[in-house]
Amino acid sequence: MKQLTLALAMILITTHSVQAQRYYTKNGSISFLSKTAMEDIKADNNQVMSVLNTQTGELRFSLLIKSFHFQKALMEEHFNENYMESSKFPKASFAGTITDASRIDFNKDGIYKVNVDGDLTMHGVTKKVSSIGTVTINAGKISADSEFPIKIADYNISVPKLVKDNIAETINIKVHCNFDQKM
Amino acid sequence: MMLPKIILSICFFITVSLHAKAQDTTMNDLMAQLENEDKTSTTNYTTATFKTTRLVNGHTIENVGKGVLDVKISHRFGKVNTGGYELFGLDNATMRMGFDYGVTKYLMVGIGRSTFQKTYDAFLKIKFLRQSTGKRKMPISLSYVPTIALKTLKDEDPDRKNYFSSRLFYTHQLLIARKFSEGTSLQLMPTWSHKNLVKLASEPNNLIAIGIGGRQKITKRISLNAEYYYQLPNYKLSGTTNSLSAGVDIETGGHVFQLHFTNSQGMSERTFISETSGQWSKGDIYFGFNISRVFTIGKKK
Repeated sequence: MKQLTLALAMILITTHSVQAQRYYTKNGSISFLSKTAMEDIKADNNQVMSVLNTQTGELRFSLLIKSFHFQKALMEEHFNENYMESSKFPKASFAGTITDASRIDFNKDGIYKVNVDGDLTMHGVTKKVSSIGTVTINAGKISADSEFPIKIADYNISVPKLVKDNIAETINIKVHCNFDQKM
Repeated sequence: MMLPKIILSICFFITVSLHAKAQDTTMNDLMAQLENEDKTSTTNYTTATFKTTRLVNGHTIENVGKGVLDVKISHRFGKVNTGGYELFGLDNATMRMGFDYGVTKYLMVGIGRSTFQKTYDAFLKIKFLRQSTGKRKMPISLSYVPTIALKTLKDEDPDRKNYFSSRLFYTHQLLIARKFSEGTSLQLMPTWSHKNLVKLASEPNNLIAIGIGGRQKITKRISLNAEYYYQLPNYKLSGTTNSLSAGVDIETGGHVFQLHFTNSQGMSERTFISETSGQWSKGDIYFGFNISRVFTIGKKK
């Protein structure tokens, strides 16, 4: 009987603790840079949605392709129309985990180097991605940063010969999120 | 003593599996919830209703971006029915050189010079409504395009009193467009033209036409376009026909090539809408092309 009570208590504790460990943001930033000898192409998206479960390290990202903004209006149009086909594939998303989240003490200020594994979906293609990043706890606020490269060919994005020299085969992606909301 | 142990392990198993499952779905649910909130709280504006700022001869609701200069060179060769001697019209060409500039996202200005009747033209294109979904729903895009043209060809009769104002022409257009799907867009263009001088006293100075046009994409970078201007019978010049044009847009990086066939020789609003004389049925068809090259001058932030 004692053991049964213990088990019930365990259920209660776990369910309870699960509920209190999710943080999210609706205005995270993701930017990318294509660097070639011809030109640098950069775009920013500051309307990235992300949810982080600090207990399990589970991490989700979702964004609208159309919310990437470029310096040149025509680049933005071509990005949406020709490369990402944003009306057909409006979203990009990531579902993964911070594999070493257990090492982070979310109640103590500090900077932690972490590993992230998961599935990145965009342009209708899902690929495994793993990258390193940092989780920063500052005055109880959680923020996360990461930078990783992707190959555009992996996501079925074709570049016409005429502009091959202007668009890099590997694009560098930068992520920055302040998980300032709790739910 | 076995029973409690079994119960314990079952409980433990249920807890762990529930735990794992609950987390996975809640994370996805939370994301879905955030996405839904976002969908209803933001407005999603329709973009790229047409590939460029011109359909064939006339305007589309597209503007060039802020700080963008679009240099357009347009050619119309002679009539196809002039035969092999004129190489089906290729021996003759009229040309318009134009500069379009985006002052803001909503205002574009342009100037041009056509060899046809040595005409200078200038226009504004102002966006009033943008097709959108989400928080603000709008089924159409609406723009207003006033143009003014100055004919500098020498006066037909230099002996009589010629007024400068006789060389001026005004055109006002409303552009009403809707992108129905990724590949299909349609546009209506009610047009009012005013000519200060017409040939005969019996002819109207105010001309009214209704234009309809559209595009159908056939690949990501190629689309078919057509436009037709119907002139109201009592508000047209005698001997003129309705302008009908069909063409193809080919986009290559920073360029858009437009190749087309049209029964209009002129390339400014007043000439192709109200002064077209060619008839498709007789082979009065002009082959032509527009080339556009875009330069970013101002920095967009």
